[in-house]
Amino acid sequence: MTEIVSSSSPAFVRPAAARRDIGIKRRYAAERRFRAYGMAAIMTGLFFLFVLLWTVLSNGYTAFQQTTITLPIEFAEKVIDPKNERATNPSKLMTANYPLLVRDALVKALGIDPKNRPLVKKATDMVSASARTQLRDIVVANPSVIGTTVNVPLLAEGNIDSANKGQIDLKVEESKRKVNDQQIGWMKTLTDSGALTKDFNTGIFTFGASSRPEAAGIGVAALGSLYMMLIVLALALPIGVAASIYLEEFAPKNRLTDLIEVNINNLAAVPSIVYGLLGLSIFINFAGMPRSAALVGGLVLTLMTLPTIIIATRAALKAVPPSIRSAALGLGASKMQTIFHHVLPLAMPGVLTGTIIGLAHALGETAPLLLIGMVAFVVDFPGSPMEPSTALPVQIYMWANEAERAFVERTSGAIIILLIFLVVMNLGAILLRRRFERRW
Amino acid sequence: MSMNTSLILLLILIIGFAAYLAGRSRALATSNGKLSVLHSLPGYHGTYAAICTIVPAVIVLAVWAVAAPAYIDSSVRGALPETVLSQGAATTELALGQVKSVANGLTLLDDAELAALENGSANLRDALAAKGVPLAGDGEAYMVKAATHFNAMTSTSRIVMAAVVFLIAVAGAVFALRGISAPFRARNQVERVMLWTLMLASSIAILTTIGIVGSMLSEAIRFFNSVSPVSFFFGTVWDPRFAAAGSEATQGQFGLLPLLSGTLYIAFVAMLFAVPIGLFAAIYMSEYARPAVRSIAKPLLEILAGIPTIVYGFFALVTVGPFLRDISAQMNGLITGNYVSFIQAQSVLTAGIVMGIMLIPFVSSLSDDIITQVPRALRDGSLGLGATRSETIKKVVLPAALPGIVGALLLTASRAVGETMIVVLAAGVAARMQLNPFEAMTTVTVKIVNQLTGDLEFNSPQTLVAFALGITLFCITLCLNIYALYIVRKYREQYE
Repeated sequence: MTEIVSSSSPAFVRPAAARRDIGIKRRYAAERRFRAYGMAAIMTGLFFLFVLLWTVLSNGYTAFQQTTITLPIEFAEKVIDPKNERATNPSKLMTANYPLLVRDALVKALGIDPKNRPLVKKATDMVSASARTQLRDIVVANPSVIGTTVNVPLLAEGNIDSANKGQIDLKVEESKRKVNDQQIGWMKTLTDSGALTKDFNTGIFTFGASSRPEAAGIGVAALGSLYMMLIVLALALPIGVAASIYLEEFAPKNRLTDLIEVNINNLAAVPSIVYGLLGLSIFINFAGMPRSAALVGGLVLTLMTLPTIIIATRAALKAVPPSIRSAALGLGASKMQTIFHHVLPLAMPGVLTGTIIGLAHALGETAPLLLIGMVAFVVDFPGSPMEPSTALPVQIYMWANEAERAFVERTSGAIIILLIFLVVMNLGAILLRRRFERRW
Repeated sequence: MSMNTSLILLLILIIGFAAYLAGRSRALATSNGKLSVLHSLPGYHGTYAAICTIVPAVIVLAVWAVAAPAYIDSSVRGALPETVLSQGAATTELALGQVKSVANGLTLLDDAELAALENGSANLRDALAAKGVPLAGDGEAYMVKAATHFNAMTSTSRIVMAAVVFLIAVAGAVFALRGISAPFRARNQVERVMLWTLMLASSIAILTTIGIVGSMLSEAIRFFNSVSPVSFFFGTVWDPRFAAAGSEATQGQFGLLPLLSGTLYIAFVAMLFAVPIGLFAAIYMSEYARPAVRSIAKPLLEILAGIPTIVYGFFALVTVGPFLRDISAQMNGLITGNYVSFIQAQSVLTAGIVMGIMLIPFVSSLSDDIITQVPRALRDGSLGLGATRSETIKKVVLPAALPGIVGALLLTASRAVGETMIVVLAAGVAARMQLNPFEAMTTVTVKIVNQLTGDLEFNSPQTLVAFALGITLFCITLCLNIYALYIVRKYREQYE
């Protein structure tokens, strides 16, 4: 007010600098600061994303390579079946002393004195103990191999594998590291002779659980996850779509449908572990389904995914313009026909996108599966969803609890595989939306 | 048994398909080539016939499959000798279980062996063990009789069930096919069944909630029978000793407060970390960012939301925890000369930070939605009066969006409270009440997992406590969610 009065006086012209200070500099500085905070926040978020992915990738890419030692194994009859009983008693082949074959081959390849026990022990420690089952399977599948010498690629033991990948610091004092100098020397010899090689690791995709990192893989867990995803897809998609159609198109607006609506929104936000408790108490305890079975896991994940699918489907149904409905009804279609012949097909891209996103969520879910006993050491591929099995994220959890360096690598490798699945699913959802979505 | 049931189911479906074909061709035949005579298309007549065939038969099959074993059990239980029945329910159930395994074993024996058993010349246990059926105790004489009774009833039930179900299926088909005529409103009938199916599907959502509440409540009540609610809800010591076999004195203490304080503390640290970052990111993206930047940064940030929590747990375990531990040792060394870490690898801080990273996209995308819903006019008014953008945001946009943002934050908090895998791997298992964020604390979810993994015996308070913890967790998140959803909904209505 005073300003106006003073400026109206003709005798006094106020110098520009003395005008009311509205603090433009300060305010612009505040503006820039505020903007910088925002930018910094986004950068921080992206930084963490980067660190997270980098941790997983840098730890895990080596898991896709595996050191193998190819040795000429002599399937000597006097070791496998000294009394020649295999024709009458096939179980002899199952229990034969296969590690001895490995020992003999190693001794020969490295030129060690077979009587020098400690040295021989050091040498045999380089080969994974899974060599026993590997050789057994070869012999059982084809007993005629007995008496011949075959080059067999054997898995190197976890620490040797790590050393070969350069993950063990050789400057550390010998007694403090897992690989001794003698073994390092042998590794060089074997590498030079072409016996020790680093190949693409197919085992991580096909093996089951194992306490030895080099023989552990996600194959069994992935099959369990696949069973569960199929169950979720087969149950959650039809039930979810049916429920959304009812709620969106038929349900009268009353207290009950309001309750269902609140309920569904709330179920979407219930902690996943609560679904695990539900599964344990209802499916396993009450209905008597088997523990650790993919069936129970699938049912639990179905209940967990349903709200997501229902919410996405309802949004997709809502987006179909009323004119489509009016046109169909006007041509004499019944309400059911209108919905199933016209509205639902048009909403389908949205429904499928929601379903894929729900499935992706279910694929990565761990907590409820822990409670229904899927933290199981499963070595064999489950033949049906009723058999004990485990799941990909649960396998990651179990490996994360293992101490060995080689398991950190495996864990990261399994995470990479899981993330690739998730990326593929989400990309599929995005592409589906891009390709088929209609804007009205 | 189950094989048998699924075979019957398959046969019913085949009959149903035949009824569909028959119904359709019958309707076509009735129309004499003039479809417009029919009220409903032939396909609807066929579907109607199939529904009449399949639905009643399957319902009867399901009821039978559930009710018959219960009836047989009670009948066999009644036939057990008085000496067993008088020893109480537990013994009776044990005997019933043995009778069932004997019954299972008897089906493997041939007639000669059965005869030997009946006249007492063969030992029951040995005979069954030879067939690979282990028996918990020495079989008693009455068991063979009861088991034969059981087997007889089971096989009768199976045969009668198959017969009844087929009869119903065929009767349904005949009924539907006879009813087909030109004016018959098959479509309306079919659509009514469809509507019922849709309603049934949407009731599953309600059933899930009832299932969650009911199952957890009933198990929790069993827990509260052995541990008083007061010592659970107000207890400050968590020490659920697993009682050694034979010792009854070690009951263990089940105090909720150490777990609850750990849960809330970790959630608080996570929110402290996620809210400023998420909120500023949302503000920048909705108010400042060019569309090109937004279209890249937003999905990238949302990747964080799509990463499974087990991956965050691994990240905490392998990277963040050791990093914090090492850096605290360095800092301590620089200041005091003593290179000892004061942050543990598993600590409130580790879990809180990693959970915070996970929550950033939740905060940012929820708040982003809410900020963009604030009407343009409010911004334009403020900018027109000469306020800078940041002033507009601080003085106009944020106050207008505040209720919605609070709702979004509550939803995020509910996620933080219910998060499991990160805390399982990063927070530790030590249940204690303290305020040092550098120490390990544990949470409700961690203890649920701990109490329920491994071999469990379902009646001990050690396992049942998980359900009491579960229902506590459910109630907390339910309140947060309902209140948050209410606020968000109300806010949305305000600006629509």
